Amino acid sequence: MAVPTLLALSGVVAALFNPDLSSLSHLLAHVLPDAVQNTVLLVIGVAFVSTLIGVSLAWLTAVCDFPLRGFFVWALILPMAIPGYVMAFTLVGIFEYTGPVQDFLRNHLGSSHWFPDIYSFGGVVMALSFSLYPYTYMLVRNAFQTQGRRSLEVGQSLGMSVKRSFWRVSLPMARPWIAGGMLLVMMETLSDFGTVAIFNYDTLTSAIYKSWFGLYSLPAALQVASVLLVFVVLITLMERKSRSAQRFSQSRSVSLQAQRIKLQGVNRWVALSFCITVFALAFVMPCLRLLWWAVPNIDVELTSQFWRYVAGSMTLSLIAMTIIAALALFMAFAARTHSSPLAKLTVRISTLGYALPGTVLAVGLFAPIAAFDRLLGHWGVPTPFLQGTMVVMMLAYSVRFMAVAFTPLESNLLRITPSIDAAAKSLGVSGVKMLGKVHMPMIRGGVATAMILVFVDVMKELPITLMTRPFGFNTLAVRIFELSSEGLWERAALPALAIVLVGLIPAFMLITRSDRHA
Amino acid sequence: MLKSTSASTATDHYLSVDNVSIQFDQAEILANISFDLQRGDIGVLLGPSGCGKTTLLRSIAGFESISAGAIRLGGNTLSTAKKMQPAEQRHIGMVFQDYALFPHLNVLDNISFGLFRLPKGQAKKRAEELVSQIGLSGKEQVMPHELSGGEQQRVALARALAPEPQLLLLDEPFSNLDVDLRESLSREVREIIKQSNTTALMVTHDQHEAFAIADLIGVIHARKLEQWGSAYSIYHQPNNAFVADFVGRGVFLDGDILADGKVATTLGSFERDPENVRQHQVSPGDKVKVLLRPDDIIHDDNSSLTARVTTRYFRGAEFLYTLQLANGEELLALVPSHHDHAINELIGIRLEIDHVVVF
Repeated sequence: MAVPTLLALSGVVAALFNPDLSSLSHLLAHVLPDAVQNTVLLVIGVAFVSTLIGVSLAWLTAVCDFPLRGFFVWALILPMAIPGYVMAFTLVGIFEYTGPVQDFLRNHLGSSHWFPDIYSFGGVVMALSFSLYPYTYMLVRNAFQTQGRRSLEVGQSLGMSVKRSFWRVSLPMARPWIAGGMLLVMMETLSDFGTVAIFNYDTLTSAIYKSWFGLYSLPAALQVASVLLVFVVLITLMERKSRSAQRFSQSRSVSLQAQRIKLQGVNRWVALSFCITVFALAFVMPCLRLLWWAVPNIDVELTSQFWRYVAGSMTLSLIAMTIIAALALFMAFAARTHSSPLAKLTVRISTLGYALPGTVLAVGLFAPIAAFDRLLGHWGVPTPFLQGTMVVMMLAYSVRFMAVAFTPLESNLLRITPSIDAAAKSLGVSGVKMLGKVHMPMIRGGVATAMILVFVDVMKELPITLMTRPFGFNTLAVRIFELSSEGLWERAALPALAIVLVGLIPAFMLITRSDRHA
Repeated sequence: MLKSTSASTATDHYLSVDNVSIQFDQAEILANISFDLQRGDIGVLLGPSGCGKTTLLRSIAGFESISAGAIRLGGNTLSTAKKMQPAEQRHIGMVFQDYALFPHLNVLDNISFGLFRLPKGQAKKRAEELVSQIGLSGKEQVMPHELSGGEQQRVALARALAPEPQLLLLDEPFSNLDVDLRESLSREVREIIKQSNTTALMVTHDQHEAFAIADLIGVIHARKLEQWGSAYSIYHQPNNAFVADFVGRGVFLDGDILADGKVATTLGSFERDPENVRQHQVSPGDKVKVLLRPDDIIHDDNSSLTARVTTRYFRGAEFLYTLQLANGEELLALVPSHHDHAINELIGIRLEIDHVVVF
């Protein structure tokens, strides 16, 4: 099961150690310097802004009390339903020269020339930060929630003011979670393809795409992918480290609900308006903008062609969901019954793919698949046999989303302790019967979660689908990308709305789960 | 009004909790609590869970406001219904129930955390002193999660003591530890607090912890401070039936007040304890309950008074026997464990009651 991951990695790593000199010199001179610089700047910018937004919102909703706090606790998670590439073109639609905001400014102030250009570094950072800050928000909020007001009280009992206690106690105690959220955001930013493409902001991911589909040079694409991989590995390692720090920092106490700090006077209105601003900019306005575009054209757009895109997306998502959930389940059970180092290593490798950007996977898998096809060709099999088929897509999806399915299954399986097996056997139930009567009912929730998460993630996925799809095969995500990169935003709005609606499912799952814990 | 049963005639009331009431959303948590603590004393608030004792501690720390009365420390008023000094200005240290050690700091940095006003070198020196005082020398660089529960507890204590607080508060500090450890550790904690000459107030629901650590004990029940006094007086001269029942074991015998003020029971008539006479007004002819502790009943084979053994509970050094008198009333008796008697056996007993307490 680790094979596809290893295949994809080997292709890319090989490129790192065997640089193809002719493509490399072109890359070094014209592409890489800008792409690397842009990528690094973007990752830092998005990490900074989304951490700022996420941590401050987490503190306000977890420890303070102000009007509508209960609503914002979950509402602020919703922007994660909007994929970066949708966030991108809606924000452009809202803030560009002919958009409603600048229209309003011109009508009421006479001029809008001073308004910053949305097609800028700031614009990309804003779009990505808005769709990614919920990760930091949720992680850090959880940390603050378990700390509660206690961390402030410890500081106060040692003679520190509330303000000083926040900076010296509460914030440092939440540091592993803040770092974890930030690194997750950095990983997502590294792999983003759609958002930067819409803003025409050249990064390593768009360089991979352009090398392959613009220059038709697979070696060049692999070369760029290997550079991107170096960054990915770096950040993945840091993320691992921050997670082990979280384990040791787990607080035993659960804070009391009633002990929130009631904000007084002007502070409560500042807190409230901050929450309203973020929620409006990152969720309400993008959704309204989409509706504004979609509704007037609904008759024109709701054609059989639209339904073909829906069918394409559904087909892919359903197949991927079934395959990946089954593979993950098999792997989770195997790892449970055979706790050999080899089994552990297999799990490790096959869940590594979540860190690999879709663009890297697409080019990484292409080379071995092409070689395989050539081999079959020698034996007289008509080629291309695998190239350009759904098999390649499924391989790439299963590498990328195995971890998404594996994590909920594994945590469910951990609940089945050895003593539960022993109890079942002592009551005369074993083997397949035990699997059906004991294990499956216990992990049913985990299987459902795994399937839903994979379904939604595949539906939102852009670069893998775009780069490995069979010729002429279309999905909602690909359609949105094509239309929005040509500036046809009104027409991209309807499929985008469909994607956002589907994306709301896991957001609400997260919300109900965090409610149960709170 | 409740009066102190201890012999506290000194005028030095260092910590003074004066008629304090606390409300949460209109509901009264505590009503008219008053007690004083002298400099260097260790007080313990003892009560069943949910009686509001932790809330009282938090109001002294400055984390909760009070709705009536006043809290004073060393002549300064900390809290009234109208005005509240911020917690960080009170110089009151606190040991939290879950210790709340900083997971990202090692032992030494945890302890020196509150010494941010001292120059670096001095802070380090003071923290090192405390590390050796709590017996953790050599573990300065260890992270909290690598320590045992008892060690974490002592680090929390040292951290709270480091800034030399005017008052140290301890909130159920032993509840996360093994039962075996609690008593020995509470002795150790008492030694450390006494060495540093700190005034301290602890909250617990465990009377053995309270006995091990306290100079003075307050029993809180149903929003009220039922009694404030030494461990000895709480045990032997309880103010009311709740305190008698909550602290230590015992039974109540029926009694009648005689014309001369003595109390008559099936085991004879007795002179009442003067403190009890002062606390509890009765008149001749009143029906009362007389408290008998297990240690008031002495096993004596030569005694003509006998009782039947109904249950026996082996406790190592002694047996705790439940005995039935001829009229059906029951007694508890602590008997050295080499006196091994079977159930239903009749054994001789004799009374040795120093404090006759009736309600």
